[in-house]
Amino acid sequence: MFGLLKKFKAGFAKTVAAIGEKTGALFGRKPIDASSLETLEEALYTADFGVETTREILEEIKAAYKKDKDLRGQAAAAIGAAVLQRVLAGAEGRLDSPVVGVVDPGTPASPRPATANASNPTVIAMIGVNGSGKTTTSAKLAWRLQQEGRGVTLAACDTFRAAAVEQLKVWGQRLDLEIVASHTGADSAAVAFDAWQAAKARGRDYLIVDTAGRLHTKSNLMEELAKIRRVLQKHDPTAPQHRWLVVDGSLGSNSIEQAKVFHQSFGLTGLVVTKLDGTSRGGAIVGIYRQLKLPIYFIGLGEKAEDLQPFSVDDYAKAVFGVEE
Amino acid sequence: MFESLTEKLTSALRNLRGVGKLTEENMATALQEVRTALLAADVHFKVAREFVERVQTQCAGQEVIKSVTPGQQVVKIIHDELVRLLGEGTNTLSPARPLRILMAGLHGSGKTTSTAKLGKLLKKRGYRPLLVACDIHRPAAIDQLEILAKQEELDFHSDRASRDVAAIGTAALAVAQAGGNDCIIFDTAGRLQIDQDLIEEVKRLRAKVQPDEVLLVVDGALGQEAVNVAKAFHDALQLTGLILTKLDGDARGGAALSIKAITGVPIKFVGTGEKTADFDTFYPDRLASRILGMGDVVSLVEKAQENIDQKDAERLAEKMRKADFNLEDFLAQMQQVKKLGSMQSILGMMPGMSGVQLPDGADRQMARTEAIIKSMTLQERRKPDILNGNRRQRIANGAGVKIVEVNQLLKQFQQMQKMMKMMKGGGAKKMMRQMEAMKGRGGFPGM
Ligand SMILES: Nc1nc2c(ncn2[C@@H]2O[C@H](COP(=O)(O)OP(=O)(O)OP(=O)(O)O)[C@@H](O)[C@H]2O)c(=O)[nH]1
Ligand SMILES: [Mg+2]
Repeated sequence: MFGLLKKFKAGFAKTVAAIGEKTGALFGRKPIDASSLETLEEALYTADFGVETTREILEEIKAAYKKDKDLRGQAAAAIGAAVLQRVLAGAEGRLDSPVVGVVDPGTPASPRPATANASNPTVIAMIGVNGSGKTTTSAKLAWRLQQEGRGVTLAACDTFRAAAVEQLKVWGQRLDLEIVASHTGADSAAVAFDAWQAAKARGRDYLIVDTAGRLHTKSNLMEELAKIRRVLQKHDPTAPQHRWLVVDGSLGSNSIEQAKVFHQSFGLTGLVVTKLDGTSRGGAIVGIYRQLKLPIYFIGLGEKAEDLQPFSVDDYAKAVFGVEE
Repeated sequence: MFESLTEKLTSALRNLRGVGKLTEENMATALQEVRTALLAADVHFKVAREFVERVQTQCAGQEVIKSVTPGQQVVKIIHDELVRLLGEGTNTLSPARPLRILMAGLHGSGKTTSTAKLGKLLKKRGYRPLLVACDIHRPAAIDQLEILAKQEELDFHSDRASRDVAAIGTAALAVAQAGGNDCIIFDTAGRLQIDQDLIEEVKRLRAKVQPDEVLLVVDGALGQEAVNVAKAFHDALQLTGLILTKLDGDARGGAALSIKAITGVPIKFVGTGEKTADFDTFYPDRLASRILGMGDVVSLVEKAQENIDQKDAERLAEKMRKADFNLEDFLAQMQQVKKLGSMQSILGMMPGMSGVQLPDGADRQMARTEAIIKSMTLQERRKPDILNGNRRQRIANGAGVKIVEVNQLLKQFQQMQKMMKMMKGGGAKKMMRQMEAMKGRGGFPGM
């Protein structure tokens, strides 16, 4: 477990290097000028921050520059990081009281959402567009929770995509996870129903529901999600307590559209951002947070079980701007 | 949003009327709008800047044409420039036989699905494709391709015991030769462009199988990252083309423009839905139009021609023109439309409709409508007027729907008939002519 924090930093180290390349001298000791401001603008846009956040950060740095023509790159970076921290204030989702040593003890835990009955499992539904990382995240999270000593059941509710059930089952064998599954073409809601029952009977703390990928523009597929939800609510009217959108961190502004539509039709409670182990800065999540104020619970930093990390605003903002501790 | 770019430009350029010439100064605000729109559409920062500069030079000095608004004129210039940029290079596949195609890309971009789609398309064009599973990393990726291959009745090769992708590829070439496959498509694992080990793996595969086409599969919603990704994959694999996926969503596809501008690699295909039929050849003018919110009527026209029985379509069109269109014809027409792909993907090709959501379960709705009509007798289909309460109830029972749905359908059909009668006077002809002009050849049958 100690490797986790290191892994987080290592994952983001690539990010820091990448943005450092772009901005070069900008975030160093030299005073900034008009041309470094343009470089900064480019760096912000290429991090997928979008028009609004980019303008906001630029305005603040320009204002500081107006006041102090000797403004150093480092100070500018600190301003940028501060803007991000302000915009993302409250964006850290915490699943449960942290187990000491796993999550930075400084971060307060979000209260665990109530279940109708204390012995009911807490249900986490993973939803998102095709290929965003739902299945992998479901497996990683189940493993993580098990490592923390929780009992977890997985529901293989992607009964649509070819070999989706098998994919989750392979994870189950690899990581010794408990999975309730049917076959491709089966009724996904029925799988969810059975899985809940199994999780309850075995006294599990969590039920993680992996769902089929769907583009947010397809309302008929959105209806299927609603059905899964209705069926779970027959067991427990508060389920699924967590409804997380799994967002591919390398996507651009369209992920804001995705989040909006999924939120409208399914009432999201949080996000997981995947594939941040690439060179993408995942700036679109800032846009999502601005608009929807949905907390980010985890980020994905690779394909292995341990590559799922709690999201930290501080680390993210500092990593993006290359601010040293 | 691109959808509103035309409007924005029109308002930004409103006061240009009477000025006579487009100049750098009077274009400044408008071009700012263009840049913002491009950035909001995820076009890479540098590409957006260069694009705007180029448009600026082209606009400067042009007369403001009296008959159109300056906004439309600028949109036309932008559109043409976009088409030029997107369309450079050839979008056809290599004529080599056997034709070896290597698929590559990031995680979750749609490689496996696109492999099956491409296989299906090439089979239709007379090839005998062999799909080869080279994704040995993602759990059950091999199963996924195998299932899709079976579903599309395509040959398939895998080696579950092997951890050597290059060896799997080499073995597949022999399998293809023995089996008489003249087209071999290699599906590979998703990988980050900075993952040295995995990039080496696919490079070795490339060296062994010597593909005629190396296609990068890119999510249409990819952000600014597109440029880094494409550059690195191009360096490692010498790409010959791109496949742009998930265009049935409302992503504006700016990544495609970035990649094209930076690497020069032509876009060859687009994925427009989860069904294996939702796959198309790439036409630059269509993406440019989609980008500018002008829809994609041409695609729809072509798709219709490929999948619809010409004679049938003409017969239906004729009946429509004569306003002699009964429920039986309606059913036949619906069955033809279904061949075009899912309703959402058809809608995505219509002007101004990309990104519009279909009302709840449109495809399912269509299935219900079909069920209702199928529960009618031939006589009823031909003369819906005879449908009294009893008959309607019987039909509802037969189709497993409520009677109100039957009533609704009949009402809609009446309205449709009314419209056809209205168009009988020549409106329809005019519409057909327009379609013809747009397409350049052939008409637009049956719709
Ligand atoms: N590098 C990297 N790859 C990831 C990460 N998370 C998931 N992936 C990979 O992304 C690909 C797609 O992930 P899946 O978990 O299958 O995505 P999904 O959303 O379940 O996909 P569908 O069910 O097909 O919609 C797989 O190859 C995963 O290994 C991550 O954080 N980093
Ligand atoms: Mg999945």
